[in-house]
Amino acid sequence: MSAVLEIGGLNTRIETAGGVIRALDDVSFEIARGETFAVVGESGCGKSMTALSIMRLLPEAAWIDSGRVDQEGRRLLELPEYEMRDVRGRRIGMIFQEPATSLNPVMTCGEQIVEVLERHGIARGAAARARALDWLQRVGIPDPAQRMDDYPFQLSGGMKQRVMIALALCSEPEVLIADEPTTALDVTIQAQILDLLVELQRSNGMAMLLITHDLGVVARMAHRVALMYAGEMIEIGSRASFFARPLHPYAARLFAALPGSASRGSPLMTIPGMVPPLTTEFAGCRFAPRCAFAHARCEAEAPGWHMAATDGTTSHRARCHLLEEGEVPPLRAEAGAAAAALPVSQQGALLEVRDLKVHFPIRRGLFRRTVGHVRAVDGVSLTIGAGRTLALVGESGCGKTTVGKGLLQLIAPSAGSIRFDGRELAGAPAKVLRQSRSLMQIVFQDPFASLNPRMRVGEIIAEGMASFGLGVDQAGRDREAASLLAQVGLPADARDRYPHEFSGGQRQRIAIARALAVEPKLIVCDEPTSALDVSVQAQILNLLADLQRERGVALLFITHNLAVVEHLAHDIAVMYLGRIVESGSADEVLRRPRHPYTQALLAAVPRIEGGAEAPQVADRKLFADLPSPANPPAGCHFHTRCSRATAECAAAYPEARIVSQTHRVHCIHAQ
Amino acid sequence: MNFMVVVLWTDVLLFILLAVCLAYARHAARRPHLRAPWARMARSASGMAAATVLSAFALIGVLDSLHYRPLIEAKPGVPGPARYAVEVRSVLDLVIQGVLGPMAGKSEKTYSAPLATHAFSRENIERPGPDGKPRQVREYPRLANGGAHLKDPAREWAADVATHAVRGMVFGFIAWLALAFVLLGAYAANHQEDGGIAGVWGDAWSGRGRLPWRSILITLLVICLCAGVAATLGSRYHLLGTDKVGQDVLYLALKSVRTALIIGTLTTLVMLPMGVLLGIAAGYFGGWIDDAIQYVYTTLNSIPGVLLIAASVLMMQVAIDANPGWFATAAERADFRLLCLCFILGMMSWTGLCRLMRGEALKLRELEYVQAARAFGVSRLAIIVRHILPNVMHLVIISAVMDFSGMVLTEAVLSYVGVGVDPSMSSFGSMINAARLEMSRDPMVWWSLAAAFFFMLALVLAANLFADAVRDAFDPRLSPKRRRRGLLAKASA
Ligand code: SF4
Ligand code: SF4
Repeated sequence: MSAVLEIGGLNTRIETAGGVIRALDDVSFEIARGETFAVVGESGCGKSMTALSIMRLLPEAAWIDSGRVDQEGRRLLELPEYEMRDVRGRRIGMIFQEPATSLNPVMTCGEQIVEVLERHGIARGAAARARALDWLQRVGIPDPAQRMDDYPFQLSGGMKQRVMIALALCSEPEVLIADEPTTALDVTIQAQILDLLVELQRSNGMAMLLITHDLGVVARMAHRVALMYAGEMIEIGSRASFFARPLHPYAARLFAALPGSASRGSPLMTIPGMVPPLTTEFAGCRFAPRCAFAHARCEAEAPGWHMAATDGTTSHRARCHLLEEGEVPPLRAEAGAAAAALPVSQQGALLEVRDLKVHFPIRRGLFRRTVGHVRAVDGVSLTIGAGRTLALVGESGCGKTTVGKGLLQLIAPSAGSIRFDGRELAGAPAKVLRQSRSLMQIVFQDPFASLNPRMRVGEIIAEGMASFGLGVDQAGRDREAASLLAQVGLPADARDRYPHEFSGGQRQRIAIARALAVEPKLIVCDEPTSALDVSVQAQILNLLADLQRERGVALLFITHNLAVVEHLAHDIAVMYLGRIVESGSADEVLRRPRHPYTQALLAAVPRIEGGAEAPQVADRKLFADLPSPANPPAGCHFHTRCSRATAECAAAYPEARIVSQTHRVHCIHAQ
Repeated sequence: MNFMVVVLWTDVLLFILLAVCLAYARHAARRPHLRAPWARMARSASGMAAATVLSAFALIGVLDSLHYRPLIEAKPGVPGPARYAVEVRSVLDLVIQGVLGPMAGKSEKTYSAPLATHAFSRENIERPGPDGKPRQVREYPRLANGGAHLKDPAREWAADVATHAVRGMVFGFIAWLALAFVLLGAYAANHQEDGGIAGVWGDAWSGRGRLPWRSILITLLVICLCAGVAATLGSRYHLLGTDKVGQDVLYLALKSVRTALIIGTLTTLVMLPMGVLLGIAAGYFGGWIDDAIQYVYTTLNSIPGVLLIAASVLMMQVAIDANPGWFATAAERADFRLLCLCFILGMMSWTGLCRLMRGEALKLRELEYVQAARAFGVSRLAIIVRHILPNVMHLVIISAVMDFSGMVLTEAVLSYVGVGVDPSMSSFGSMINAARLEMSRDPMVWWSLAAAFFFMLALVLAANLFADAVRDAFDPRLSPKRRRRGLLAKASA
């Protein structure tokens, strides 16, 4: 196979106030026709910079210092800008993470595709329109003739990403660069988009550069994989050998940090320390300060590329001195033995929610008359035992975050009962509510928005204590804040610093300390790790598990990430369009799911173990859009997307079917 | 005591404002996140040059805000209570009088051109004719004060003006050296690591230092030279001419500075609390509060501003005229009118800030740290004070600084159309208003307009440059200047 895209010794720099950042250091690789080359790494490692450097779409402060990008003999870095514009789109297509912002909102989808076709002189007028229609069909847009004239805002996120793909591929480029193409999408949509990309690649043989942070997506898609760390590629190999036997100590650690059913009940492996700032001149191995195998040579001498010693036929190589010295680092830790059941303290119910409803009025017209309701939460019942973890799972827009906010009364519930420790909170007088606030706390998703940038960490932690009059005096509160910081693993001097001095993971620790300060019995964790990298996520998950063990707090874990759920949940509730469709113990829901939606959700998660052989989502009915919660389908909400749906399903919402003492399913045809 | 201190309302407010600024500076100096943007702003060369010019204006304004009434010399031997002049003067008057001597104030009969020795128009003068009998001649009379020291103006004038201009520049230069020494000395004492005053001086001219000393010093030099020339020439001639009633235009322009500064700052003082509080209340509470506030500002916005202001000013005028007993002196009356004008302007111009604050509060209240505070049961007022207000403060500062020059210009426009400050109070607007007739004379009387124009240009331009620097420093989205480098520099060239 000949290379369609060859990158050699690419060095990209960014000028910042803190000095020059070495965003890319000596990055070299090549992609062959019909091949998918995946670049993985944690945030800030330079994977997106690689794509932008190839496309020459760098931000203003960045420049390419040296290197070579050849696309079938064209030296892209030497082309004048007007010729480069022909390469972009015509030779190399690109799709971005955020479909919402990559489409022009004032042009219809059809016009945008026609524009690309005409721009590159592929087709014109009616021919271009016909081609555009054909492409919309190929990317699986239902009813393409009508969608041609739709504006982007009329489409769902998944549909927009399909249009984006059509736009990138309609000029039949030789190379497609996909930068986190599915990160903003739900798992079921992600699975469809990944399938689509594989299908299109098979039919037109393009090369694909896939950039992602998700090892599951890599395992599902890639032929070859490159791992990046601190601006450098540190390991390149075929998918099979990379996943079977990662060579670099960093890769091995990364695998061990992934949560999943195998790690249940035991702490996740973490990587100590942090990525070094890229403004430094590296003398030795960049991973040395964090590497368990670092030895004298690592500090002094930058490791070169070394082949895997085991097998001469693959070209699996990594930058690590150990390989040259013949000592292959041990494989990832086998967690199997430790996968004991999670520790459980069986007690009565701490929180009992019955029929919780949160409806938002839709107002229209001059006088803001209420014309309908968005039923964000429409009759949810939950029970959380003391010291247990309940995971609330669902796709975006299903209302899971609203459940959390409704429990804390950050949004007033419209109906239903919330009994905490036997006390009714829904509709309780303000005084009772205020007292109850210390019993339940919340940790949010975005570590950057959850701390007030103008307050010192000490003040942030003390705010809750002051509000409840805990820790009578300032000195007492300071002592308490110091001990909390120690508990969440931050240095004591953090108290006098401001949030912007901390990394995302550290901020999440601060947010946890803030919640703990008022000694709650339940913490609502709203996607606490979804903005974090895998290695940092592992630290936070371990911290939460420790806190639960030591303090016996119950957790309501709201997430869309099923791997995290498998790792830590005792009980699981699956939510769809404002209602819980299946609930039960973790084992019941994950191993023996009964509801078609749960089954689809589980099947859609890309898994490392499965690799490319993972079953594709055969069920095209799932492609349908999520119905609007303002106007949910009659009967079973899922019947518009359910492959097992019958006429009966549309008649009435299915009653709960009790499978076991804990396991209930809302489906007539549950097997 | 041979004077009586007079405290006008605007003086009080101006000094309160100064005190607030100082208190804020102390507060910010101890907090790194508040200090950082100001430190960033201090690195901007144009911003610091503008700040230097503004400080000069501020100095004039402050001196002009220390008011007193001089004692009237009692007749010797006549006992009785001390009596004070009805005319209210300021420290600035004293300084100008000291420097310009007889030129300050109303010292001629009518118009005279800049640096003139003779009046601008002919008059009938009686002269002894050749036959010894007085004869009526029409000629340009000598000025009472301007150039009065010259015996034969026709021959001596040019040389005299040149020598005094040069002398003024030399004085200015010496004053500049002294000022620079004091400034750099103070800076060096606080920053030992920069190698003392010599080190700072060297860095300043090579452009290496942390502060843009070079542009500060050059601006200062220009100001000192201008001031020197104004002092030497201005005490012998009417440097910028005289106006219709024979007042020195330079004096008028200097006296107008305070009016402009008061309008620019006090209006903001009126507008800030309205805009910030109503905006945050609308955004944070939502519901009917939001509706009510929105209706108010939409309504206010849809009425032409000048119309509303003119109506309010006229109403105020009627009230003042009907109650002459309210004020002891004419200055107090003029001051009250100025204060009302600030108030009226402030009431009309808070809507923009209010809308900005509402949007920001809407955004902030959904932020998770505000939600977290609510989960702690923190009261709404505490949330606004602790979580919302500090996070909109940078926008408030930016808009206050940006509004300043707009207000100065608005005053000029209003005084021009006759609904501005009291006619007895000098302001750029009144000067321009007077120039309306002067421009239609032939030959044209251009100097009042030119003086007002240049003073206002200097003030507004400096304020705008300063505002730009502040905005750049406070708005993190605008990053420092970048260079194109590397391989692509060639390709894209
Ligand atoms: S070179 Fe040394 S420090 Fe770097 S990964 Fe290998 S063993 Fe670790
Ligand atoms: S009730 Fe019918 S539509 Fe709903 S999940 Fe079950 S089979 Fe599907």
